[in-house]
Amino acid sequence: MTTLQPTAETVPVPAAPPRYDETILKYFTIAAMFWAIAGFAVGVLLALQMAFPAFNLEPYLTFGRVRPLHTSAVIFAFGGNILFATSYHVVQRTCQTRLYSTKMAWFHFWGYQAFILMAGLGYLFGVTQGKEYAEPEWYADLWLTVVWVVYLVNYLMTLTRRKEKHIYVANWFFLAFIVTVAILHLCNNVSLPVSVVSVKSYSLWAGVQSALIQWWYGHNAVGFFLTAGFLGMMYYYIPKQADRPVYSYRLSIIHFWSLIFIYIWAGPHHLLYTSLPDWAQTLGMTFSIMLWMPSWGGMINGMMTLSGAWHKLRDDPILQFMIIALAFYGMSTFEGPLMSIKTVNALSHYTNWTVGHVHAGALGWVAYISFGAIYYLVPHLWKKPAMFSKTLISVHLWISTVGIVLYITSMWVAGIMQGLMWRAYDEMGFLTYSFVEVVQAMHPYYIIRALGGLLFLAGGLIMAWNIWRTIHVPKPRIARKPKPALAAAQ
Amino acid sequence: MLESHKKLERNSIWLLIFTVVAVSIGGLVEIVPLFRMETTIEPVKGVRPLTPLELAGQDIYIREGCNTCHSQQIRPLRDEIQRYGHYSLAAESMYDHPFVWGSERTGPDLARVGGKYSNMWHLEHLKNPRSVVPESIMPNYSLLATRPVRTWDIADKMKALAAVGVPYTKAHIANAAIDMQIQTLPDEDPTGLQERYGPKVVPQDYGSGDLGSPTEADALIAYLQQLGTQVDFTTYDPDYELKKAPAK
Repeated sequence: MTTLQPTAETVPVPAAPPRYDETILKYFTIAAMFWAIAGFAVGVLLALQMAFPAFNLEPYLTFGRVRPLHTSAVIFAFGGNILFATSYHVVQRTCQTRLYSTKMAWFHFWGYQAFILMAGLGYLFGVTQGKEYAEPEWYADLWLTVVWVVYLVNYLMTLTRRKEKHIYVANWFFLAFIVTVAILHLCNNVSLPVSVVSVKSYSLWAGVQSALIQWWYGHNAVGFFLTAGFLGMMYYYIPKQADRPVYSYRLSIIHFWSLIFIYIWAGPHHLLYTSLPDWAQTLGMTFSIMLWMPSWGGMINGMMTLSGAWHKLRDDPILQFMIIALAFYGMSTFEGPLMSIKTVNALSHYTNWTVGHVHAGALGWVAYISFGAIYYLVPHLWKKPAMFSKTLISVHLWISTVGIVLYITSMWVAGIMQGLMWRAYDEMGFLTYSFVEVVQAMHPYYIIRALGGLLFLAGGLIMAWNIWRTIHVPKPRIARKPKPALAAAQ
Repeated sequence: MLESHKKLERNSIWLLIFTVVAVSIGGLVEIVPLFRMETTIEPVKGVRPLTPLELAGQDIYIREGCNTCHSQQIRPLRDEIQRYGHYSLAAESMYDHPFVWGSERTGPDLARVGGKYSNMWHLEHLKNPRSVVPESIMPNYSLLATRPVRTWDIADKMKALAAVGVPYTKAHIANAAIDMQIQTLPDEDPTGLQERYGPKVVPQDYGSGDLGSPTEADALIAYLQQLGTQVDFTTYDPDYELKKAPAK
C-alpha cells in the first residue's frame, strides 16, 4: 500500500463558491468612506469661503464651482456607494442567494466611480447644467444611465432568484429607490448638446416648466435617494444590531406605500410664491404637510424595534448612531412640512434656515444611519470579531453630534434672522436694513457653522482610522527568548 | 389588506410595477398640465431671446455657479417688491434653458439688477467685489476680464436653443458672431442688431475689452444689464385678462 492511489479523502473537492458575494461589498464600503471624507472636507472649505472670502481661489476653487462638488460628493458619491454596499448586502442576505451577476456588480462599481470623477472634474472646470443636484452634463448623465440600468437589472434579478417566499421590507425600499431615481434622472436631464464634441447642452425644458421638473427631481432625490434607500438600510441594520424583529409589519406596509406615493407630489414647495401657478404650489404644500405622517411612521417603526431591548442602547455606540439617526429623521421630517407652509416659507425661503434643515437630515439622518451600517458591516465583511475600538466609535459619535448641533443651531439662528432682517421696516415705512448689512450679520454664524463642519469631518477621520485598524490588525508579536546574558547572570 | 399585500411581497415584478404606478401619479398630475394650460405663462410684451453676447454671458453665469448664491425670482411680498422691484413673471424666464431662479440669497436677488449699476461698477465689482462693497463675501472673478469671450461656437449654441424652442431665426443664427461684436461697438450702426433684438439693445462699451473684442466679463455684464428690463412695467397690467373677460 505504498502507492498513493487517490482515495475518497485525497480527491480534491472543487471548492464550493462562497455563499455570498462579499468582495464587491468591501469595495463599495471603502469607496463610501473615501468619498465621505472628501465630501466633508469640501464642505468645510465652502463653510470657510462663506466666512472668509479669501478662501476662494480663482478660477477652479470659487464657491459657485465647489458647491456642486460638495453636494455631489456627499449625496451621490458617499450616499450612493453606501446605498450600493448595503443594498447588495441586504438583498443577498434576505433572499438567501448570491448576486445575480458579480460581473455586473463590478461594472456598476467602476462605472459609478468613473461617473463621479467625470462629474466632479467637470464642476471644477465649469462644466455644469446649473441645476441643483443634477449638475452633471449630458455625457456624464448618459453614462450614469447605463450604469444605473445595470444596477436595476442586477438587483431585480437577484430578487427573483431568492430562496425566501417573501421579499423582505428593506428590499421594497431599495427597489423603490432604484427605480424612482432612474425615472427622475431621465425626465429631468433631457437636453440637447450643442454638438457631439461640446460638453455644453441646453435643457429641453425652459423657465417655469424646467423649474417644476427640476424640483420634482430635486425633492425626490431627497425622497428616494436620501430617504427611501436609507430607510431600506434602517430596516435591516437596526433589527440586526438590536437583535429584535421589526416592530410592526402592518405599519411598514402602510408607511411604505404612503411615503412613496406622497413624496412625489412635494416638489413645488421649493417654488412657493414664485411664478409657478398657484394650483401647483398649493398641491405641493398640501402633500408636503401630509408627508409628515408616513415619515414618522418609518421613524416609529424603527425606534420601536428596540422594544424590550432598550438597555442595549446604553452601551452600544453603533445602535446609538442608528437611533440618533432616526431622531434626526423625525426632527427634519417635522421641520420640512413646517417649512413648506406658505407663510413659514415666505420667511424661510432663500435663507440659511433651508441649509440648516438640509444638514439636519443629511448629517443627522443619512450620515448617521450610514455610519451605523458601516460599523456593522466592516467587522462582518472582514471577518473580525468587532471593530478595533468601541471607545473610538463613541468618540466619533459625540464629536460629530456636537458638530451637527453647532451646524444646525447656527443656521437656524442665521436663517430666521436673515428672513426677519430682510422684511424689517422702520417707523417711517422704509426697509430697515440694506442687503449687505444682512450679509455682515451672518458672519459669526458662518464661523460657528464652519466649526461644526470641522468637528463632523474630525469624526469622519476617527472613523476611517478605526476602520483601517479593524481591517489591518497587526500580527501579535512573538515573545522573544530571554537574553542569554540575563540567563547567565541568574 | 395584509392578505392581498402578500401577493406583492411574493412577486418582485408586481412590486416593481405597483411602485412605478405609485410614484408616477403625483408627477403626472403636477407636470403635464403645466405644458397644456395657457395660463401657465401669460404672454407679456417685450420678452425677447437673449442677444449672442448676453447668451454667452448667461452661459458664464451658469458655468461659474452664480445661481448658487443669487436668486432670479422676486416673490410678490411687500418687502421684496420694495427691495428688488416688480415680482417676477413666468414669461420673463420662458427662454431660459434651464431656469436660473436659484434657491439661496447668500447674495441679493438679480432678477431686476439690469440698469441699477453702471457697467464700470459691475466690472470693478466682478474683479474685486470688496473694492465697491467692503462687506461683500463674493469671490473675486478678475480672470473674466482677461479672457476673450468664445465666438466660434455661439451660432451652434443658438441653433441648439432654437431646436429646443427659443425663437432664434436663421437670420439670428447667421449673424450671431457679428451681432456679438456690434453690441460692444457704440459707434457702429446698430440697425441689424436692433431689428433682430429690439430697439432697447444699445451697443456700448462694457468696460473690460477692446471695443469689438469682448471679454467674458463684458458678456456677463451685458447679460446682467438686461435682467428684468425687457418688460415695460409702466404699461404692464396684471389684470388685463380679468378685465377683458366680461366683454366676451
